[in-house]
Amino acid sequence: MKEEFKVISKFIQEKSRVLDVGCGDGILMEYLSKNKVVDVRGLEISKEKVKKCLSNGLAVIEGDAENDLKQFPDLSFDYVILSQTLQAFMSPENVIENLLRVGKKVIVTIPNFGHWKVRLDLLLKGEMPVTNNLPYQWYNTPNLHMCTIQDFYNFCNNKRVNIYKSISLNGEKISNITTSNLKYKNLISELGIFLLEK
Amino acid sequence: MSDLNKMKNIIIEKTLKLDCGKEISNFPLAYETYGNLNEKKDNAILIFHALTGDQYASGINPITKKEGWWNYAVGPGKSFDTDKFFVICANVIGGCMGSYGPGTIDPLTNKPIGTNFPVITINDMVNAQYNLLDYLKIEKLFAVAGGSMGGMQVLQFVSNFPNKARVALPIACTSSHSAQNIAFNELGRQAIMSDSNWKEGSYDEKSTNPDKGLAVARMAAHITYLSKQGLQEKFGRNLQERSDLKFGFDADFQIESYLRYQGSVFVDRFDANSYLYITRAMDYFDLTKQFGGNLSKAFKDTKTKFFIISFTSDWLYPTSENKDIVIALNAIGADVGFVEIKTDKGHDSFLLDVPDFLSTIKNYLNTTYSNINERRI
Repeated sequence: MKEEFKVISKFIQEKSRVLDVGCGDGILMEYLSKNKVVDVRGLEISKEKVKKCLSNGLAVIEGDAENDLKQFPDLSFDYVILSQTLQAFMSPENVIENLLRVGKKVIVTIPNFGHWKVRLDLLLKGEMPVTNNLPYQWYNTPNLHMCTIQDFYNFCNNKRVNIYKSISLNGEKISNITTSNLKYKNLISELGIFLLEK
Repeated sequence: MSDLNKMKNIIIEKTLKLDCGKEISNFPLAYETYGNLNEKKDNAILIFHALTGDQYASGINPITKKEGWWNYAVGPGKSFDTDKFFVICANVIGGCMGSYGPGTIDPLTNKPIGTNFPVITINDMVNAQYNLLDYLKIEKLFAVAGGSMGGMQVLQFVSNFPNKARVALPIACTSSHSAQNIAFNELGRQAIMSDSNWKEGSYDEKSTNPDKGLAVARMAAHITYLSKQGLQEKFGRNLQERSDLKFGFDADFQIESYLRYQGSVFVDRFDANSYLYITRAMDYFDLTKQFGGNLSKAFKDTKTKFFIISFTSDWLYPTSENKDIVIALNAIGADVGFVEIKTDKGHDSFLLDVPDFLSTIKNYLNTTYSNINERRI
């Protein structure tokens, strides 16, 4: 999703150190390297994807964010990115805590389970929603902890995590999420992008 | 003799102070090169060999007439592409392929030095090889690479000579030799030393070598290079050229016959005293201790790009030990990549045809080399 990368890229200042957690094929890492002067590293659980990244000369280590974030010292990166993977962790709570420990700023993007299509699916069909962004069936989904933009807001409030910026993505439309339009954005956003600070 | 004459070597005149306290000078270091050094002299890769390797990494070894030990990885169009890179490999000191070792003839006695050879370390090996770069007039290496003991040399080299190499590839290795590995090495040494032909190391290479001891050492070590699954799949309980058990101690099983063969061919190409010295050097390797228990300090301020590789079925230098190096590098924000390659070929994987492993290295080196060049322009 190009728009997501654009938003993330805008958040990031030049000459900063960036860690992409769950970097996949390294597309975001390459996008950032091309568009910014940044020192970008990646952590990825899939061997196949890690090999792909390394073949492209990217500094990626094979590992699992739930265990391997521990090795990074406190505040060792200017930005830590978690793009659309929070929902796949056993303990998203611990992961977020670790991200905020390792990064001075943290960028989290979540597929929004509060989107109207998702709500409608469950309401009308009485079935677990399957959408373009969330193409899995309940029995084979890697997504263990789906949440909505509203849920994530509540989580940050409870954990006293400062949401520095929050962006809604709906198709190619990019807009700001504020406390006053939160209910509406939670209904129309496919993706929420958050810049967090401790 | 003509083959020995073809062997490249330099005489290192400069005094080298060894970790044991002794000093050596005017000693030979044998090496081989593959490919060509380009005009900018920025395409050189120094490869370090493992315990029983030598300088002949690629092509046909002119002494043994067998394929070079890293023939899968080094050569035209291969992982270390000699059409593109200038690959250098030296025989470690303590070795037996032309470099200064226990088999070197002492001019005073006209006999091999034997156990009068000083105990050397990985650090000594690396410091000796550094002289080769001066001789070849290479200011900066593109990469240093090696597996197993070769990987240990990579770590030591990068620590001793920061930023002398742009890229470091330590493969299937450790920063600190484990008790289990020391135990296996000790088993090998005891096998050699309990062979009556060893004669406290003063055997005459031409007649009575401690072949039996050395063969047993190799057999034991060879088991540690393979995985249980790999052995089971390759040999299982298959019998060797017989339809039933013979109720004796001949090689009934294929695995027995295979190990005996491995032992017997090894003694033709390797010196027993070298085996003692090199395994000792591996046992003494503890880069973590050298830096007061903090491995990160070994790589302080490094600008080298690290790419660390381990193998799933390697129980001799397991992923966890390779990962310790990754962790130490991440702790100081070094540029590090890491992948564990899935294979059932055990520790030996780095020497074998493991396509995932070979292609990832090839792509990594090629991309990194062109990235560095682009950035410089």
